[in-house]
Amino acid sequence: MNPVLSVSRLEKRFGAVVAADALTLDIPAGQKISLIGANGAGKTTFVNMVTGYLKPDSGTILLDGMDIGRRSPRSVARLGISRSFQIPQLFVELTAAENLTVAISGIGTRMSLRAPAEAQGRRDKAVELLQRFGLADLADRPISELAGGVRKLIDIAMALVRRPKLLLLDEPTSGVSAEEKFTTMDRVIHAVAPDAATIVFVEHDMEIVSRYADRVVAFYQGRILADGLPADVLNNLEVRRYVTGGVR
Amino acid sequence: MKKGLHPLVMIALVAMVTLAGRALPTWTLSLATIAASNALIALGIVVLARTGNVSFGQGLFFAAGGYGVALIANTWGLTDAVAQVIVGAACGGLLGLVIGPLIARYSGIFFGMLTLALSMVFYGALVKSTALGGSDGFNVGRPSLFGMSFTDPREADFMLYAVSVIVTGFAGIAATILFRSEFGLASLAVRENNLRVEYLGLSANRIISINFLIAAIFAGASGAFALMAQRHIDPQFAYWTTSGEFVFVAVLAGNQSVAAVFVASMALELVRSFSNLYLPNTWQLVLGVFLLGVILFLPRGIGSLWIRDRHRRRHISATPPLTAERGAAP
Amino acid sequence: MNFFLTIILDGLIQASWLFIVALGLTLVFGVLKILNIAHGSFYALGAYIAATVVTMVAARSLPPSVGFVAMLISVALIASAVGLLLERGLLKMFYGRDEVVLLLVTYAVFLILEDVTKLIWGVNPIYATQPYELFGNLEFAGLYYVGYDLVLIPISAVIGFAIWFGLNRTVIGKIVLAVIHNEEMSVSMGVRVNRVYAVAFAFGVLLAALAGALTAPKISMQPGLSSDVIILSFAIVVIGGLGSVEGAAVGAILVGLARAASVHLMPQAELFMIYLIMAAVLMFRPEGLFKRETARRI
Repeated sequence: MNPVLSVSRLEKRFGAVVAADALTLDIPAGQKISLIGANGAGKTTFVNMVTGYLKPDSGTILLDGMDIGRRSPRSVARLGISRSFQIPQLFVELTAAENLTVAISGIGTRMSLRAPAEAQGRRDKAVELLQRFGLADLADRPISELAGGVRKLIDIAMALVRRPKLLLLDEPTSGVSAEEKFTTMDRVIHAVAPDAATIVFVEHDMEIVSRYADRVVAFYQGRILADGLPADVLNNLEVRRYVTGGVR
Repeated sequence: MKKGLHPLVMIALVAMVTLAGRALPTWTLSLATIAASNALIALGIVVLARTGNVSFGQGLFFAAGGYGVALIANTWGLTDAVAQVIVGAACGGLLGLVIGPLIARYSGIFFGMLTLALSMVFYGALVKSTALGGSDGFNVGRPSLFGMSFTDPREADFMLYAVSVIVTGFAGIAATILFRSEFGLASLAVRENNLRVEYLGLSANRIISINFLIAAIFAGASGAFALMAQRHIDPQFAYWTTSGEFVFVAVLAGNQSVAAVFVASMALELVRSFSNLYLPNTWQLVLGVFLLGVILFLPRGIGSLWIRDRHRRRHISATPPLTAERGAAP
Repeated sequence: MNFFLTIILDGLIQASWLFIVALGLTLVFGVLKILNIAHGSFYALGAYIAATVVTMVAARSLPPSVGFVAMLISVALIASAVGLLLERGLLKMFYGRDEVVLLLVTYAVFLILEDVTKLIWGVNPIYATQPYELFGNLEFAGLYYVGYDLVLIPISAVIGFAIWFGLNRTVIGKIVLAVIHNEEMSVSMGVRVNRVYAVAFAFGVLLAALAGALTAPKISMQPGLSSDVIILSFAIVVIGGLGSVEGAAVGAILVGLARAASVHLMPQAELFMIYLIMAAVLMFRPEGLFKRETARRI
């Protein structure tokens, strides 16, 4: 079966810093892949390139066989890649439901200048999505009143609206307390399941990685250090030296 | 959730205000005409401001509408008031259609500066063009309505009042519907985080351009009214201080209530005529102090006095904004 | 040949006072990130004060040179005081708000000062021509010029150099530059940003008012002066790049030449030309001709 996303020989430099060095990676449908690596290893740069925010210096990014390396974030989103952000990117003066309504408006080709924003269909869909994350009772609260962890979940809900072929989550559990991280992640995986089968998540917490990932890709200085089953990658000596810090 | 007047109620209100003009004394009538016409262009600025962009150059479309109507009136003898408003709106709109997409990618003061620059280019061209009367401008005749011409000045004033109140009223109703719409919500989203809007598959530039077009149409129609009221046009229509006054009305009104725009515009005209009457050379001073007061004490405009704002009341202090725990990139 | 020389000289004369005004505007933007619409009003304020002082001195039949010096000193004193007062008393309240809000605040100040000048000096044109004869007439390459006009060129060059030197070669200048480039960092290094703000704003006002004083003998002071000047200096700083001293110089020369050229070639087309240049620069190089950083928006 063809991979959903196929990245080959991706290069990106910021001055002297190499953020992507001949990155080659295939992502088959249905996998949950975790990207690990120290800060500055190139994980977020990878996510930014795949979503069209950064243009690679060279290399190709194929989504279902179509080259998307030069496309804008909007066009990439419309083609089926959605993402959440390490720092939630929400419309803080709007309510949770309104945030999702805006996302839902993005699905069609044409927005109505007349139809009320809270038309029943859209409202129901927005509340249903919040429901999945257990946040339905916060639907009419403005984001500015909500806590960081909740914002994180809403940010992910926004990314789900398009039922993406590929969902990229940038540190879904960062900022979540140690006791809550598994419940949060369980919630995310559960909520995401109906709409997105293929998930890539950037993660620093190795407990989360080993528990939720089918496959782990370790980054170091813009290169892929190891790629495989969680147990194998996490036990890899180089990964332990440069990424997880297990060997000194 | 959000409550508001039903459009039919609003139409009834417009009708009432129009008829009330019959009872108004002459001086109030022309004052209200100007207030309505200024409210129309300020409403456009508010529409655009909801995307986070403040135009300091609406005088461009104001003048385009005014000059377009004046030229057509003098060349082809088109004197019908309604037709003139349509021509003005079309002139403003056409220009807005061209300019909007070009400048939609700018934001903040760059957007303001660019709109200001474009209006000043037009101003410069108008001053230079002797065919259009240069800096003196030129005169046009009295407007008519549906084939009736008005020789009694009182009747002429009322006609103009009625047309401007009705047109501005309907523009207000349209804006209310727009603000509540899906598109209106997306416009607010652009103001807050245009990058996220793009990531959701929406085009921030398109949203800004459409709002810009609406603002330009309103400004063009407003230019037509100003022309009909003064029966004279000159490059001052495009000068930056003219645009500044409209921004003033928009800021005073805030962007939450359409009614606030009318109130603000009427307040401005009242202040202007009173200070002209009793305290010559102080009305800009009053205006400036007023503006400072509004920015300081009513940052969301006078509209926030009666619109119980969606959520702003309770403070943002509930959760401090998230800051990056780690550097965002790469 | 002479024709072009005339344009160039006229252009430089224009550029010299425009440069001083624009320098103030660009400095205030660089440090406080405020695009000051009221900047033209400070120019007008300087011009009006200068006129009053010159007239007072002439009434006591003192020589025009005394008037010239007296007007510069009094304008400098009053402008610095007004600048400090405005920054500490008013602008301070709005720091941290959106840049467009600050733009509106300065617009309010513009409106207020517009009427304050009318209330003090009336609406009829006033003049202060006495110092204009101070340097006689000079001949330059077969062209006759009023000496005062030509003297403006070296004066503004000296002011420009002094500011460049002050910013780049003195400790205070380095602190100001640090605030311009990275405010957070300079705060953490112990710079008292509040003071830098106050001084920079007052200095910006001072420059505008000095330019007003220097041009006062050449022009007639009347309402509308400030809005014309701000519109020119906006164009200059946008063309050169907001916050850039070199940019202000290049922008001033471009605008000065464009004005002079249109006066001689296409009368009345000057604003059109200048704003066409400004719009073109904004379209193709929105950061101005002299800015390198491009980090903005998507």
